[in-house]
Amino acid sequence: MLRFIVRRLLETIPVLLVIVTATFFMVRFVPGGPFTAERAIPPEILKNLEAHYGLNLPLHRQYFNYLGRLLHGNLGPSFKYPNRTVNELIADKLPTSLELGGWSLLVALCVGLPLGIFAAVRRNSWVDYLCSSVAMIGICVPTFVLGPLLVLAFAIHFNWFSASGWYVWQDRVLPALVLGFFYSAYIARLTRGGLLDELNQDYIRTARAKGASEFRVVTCHTLRGGLLPVVAFLGPATAGILTGSFVIETIFHIPGLGREFVNSAFSRDYTLVLGTVILYATLIIALNLVVDVVQVWLNPKLKFE
Amino acid sequence: MSPKATTSRPAPAASDAIERGSSPWRDAWHRLQKNRLAVAGGAVLLFLGLACALGPLFGRYSYEEQDLTITFQAPNSAHWCGTDQFGRDLLVRMLVGGRISIMVGMIATFVALVIGVTWGAVAGFFGGKTDTVMMRLVDIMYALPFTIFVILLMVFFGRNIFLLFFAIGAVEWLTMARIVRSQIMAIKKMEYIEAARSLGFGRGRIIFRHMIPNILGPIIVYATLTIPAVMLLEAFLSFLGLGVQAPMSSWGVLIKDGAEKMEEYWWLLVFPGGVFSLTLFSLNFLGDGLRDALDVRAAKD
Repeated sequence: MLRFIVRRLLETIPVLLVIVTATFFMVRFVPGGPFTAERAIPPEILKNLEAHYGLNLPLHRQYFNYLGRLLHGNLGPSFKYPNRTVNELIADKLPTSLELGGWSLLVALCVGLPLGIFAAVRRNSWVDYLCSSVAMIGICVPTFVLGPLLVLAFAIHFNWFSASGWYVWQDRVLPALVLGFFYSAYIARLTRGGLLDELNQDYIRTARAKGASEFRVVTCHTLRGGLLPVVAFLGPATAGILTGSFVIETIFHIPGLGREFVNSAFSRDYTLVLGTVILYATLIIALNLVVDVVQVWLNPKLKFE
Repeated sequence: MSPKATTSRPAPAASDAIERGSSPWRDAWHRLQKNRLAVAGGAVLLFLGLACALGPLFGRYSYEEQDLTITFQAPNSAHWCGTDQFGRDLLVRMLVGGRISIMVGMIATFVALVIGVTWGAVAGFFGGKTDTVMMRLVDIMYALPFTIFVILLMVFFGRNIFLLFFAIGAVEWLTMARIVRSQIMAIKKMEYIEAARSLGFGRGRIIFRHMIPNILGPIIVYATLTIPAVMLLEAFLSFLGLGVQAPMSSWGVLIKDGAEKMEEYWWLLVFPGGVFSLTLFSLNFLGDGLRDALDVRAAKD
């Protein structure tokens, strides 16, 4: 298992290198630069600025300089926020996004798992139809429709929670609910499917024949195998919760990293774009690795290849 | 065989007699008709598609013409869905926007389909080293933050609608490639493929004329389920301000505008959001129904 993890980690290096290289050159080949403003900057000042940030060097020199700094964990200075480094900006914004993601994930699991379990256990009854319909609503009503609707209802009409901002707990409720509900829908469908497959297995019949209660059959016997599809989904989903927060952060005016990323792309803040892309890619790869390990732990039939 | 099934697809009597009861497509069609949700989904889609395609031709209003004397009208008998901040009729804008959204959904799915089917078929057919390298590439690409790349592409290269098709299509082909590959591997060793080989047909002809028609079931099912995913991505981009450009509209653009003004003007959000969700519902129900009808297990990856 240790060998498996080490090998996967080694494989990560070329993947990350490809991502960094692709993003670096893509960002550079687009029209406009970080200092393109509506009012033209005098050429002497522009020259000084470019010299300061090393933008006057040939492109390949800039690239290798960037890689060199990256090896030391230095993501470089931001072009749009004077005197701030990308590391500082990420350290500033990432905790907000992580907190939002954490609450959303909690909502997704607390809503999705019970929905899926009830639907599977009471298959083809009204409980199943109810749970499945709720899941379908979550899939078909996108976050950017559900978000504003909930704001309209609970923030403006009833005034229970706040419509925007990120200061007190009332600010956290609606964004976490909206983002979490979307993923809980998928979790519910996968849980239902996984459990149904598992409930048809012979060993469940054996457990029932031995007189195990229905509760025990579900919780002790089926859940472990039935949750495999959910676990496989959770890796990309967690990454998606972090990237999906672009929209949520925009709707609810949350000062997180997602909004910062979109803004940095618009303002051609080269280093900030690169820094966030690297961060997201690393997160996704790391989460996929965790998922693979957990899957083998849940299902001994799989082996680390 | 119900009389409906025969009347809905008129065919010459002779071939009909031969086909009857033997074609798996007939059976699937029959099963699909019994699934009320799927039929309803298909009907709604047909209605929405026709309305979007033909509605604006017969309407009295234009989607871009402004009339500042009638801004922000609530739904009434003249403007069934109300008007926006420039006095444009929301219904017409929704129909025209629907054209864009549906078109993006179909074309981007088609792009994904072409790439994914070709990639998966080639990998599955040749097997061995080719297969290992090609599928490893797919694995690696799964790990890339594609949403981020699509956002970057749209920011950097402008809101070009053709770029939108290809950017989204390039994201969505990976799962299709996996499904097609596993299906191709399964039928590769069958006798009729061997027969085709012994007749001296080229590889390209065997793959595209003999193998792919036999795995159309899973491909159709997955394509139906990809369209809503693609439309969602388009709307997501539009919501971030990266979709089509004004005065053109798409459902994502309308939802974005509506969300900004919903406090006073609820109809601007509720109608576009409702139509969009209804379309996604229908597509998903139809896709699920097709999957059950064609009895495809692995399609929903």
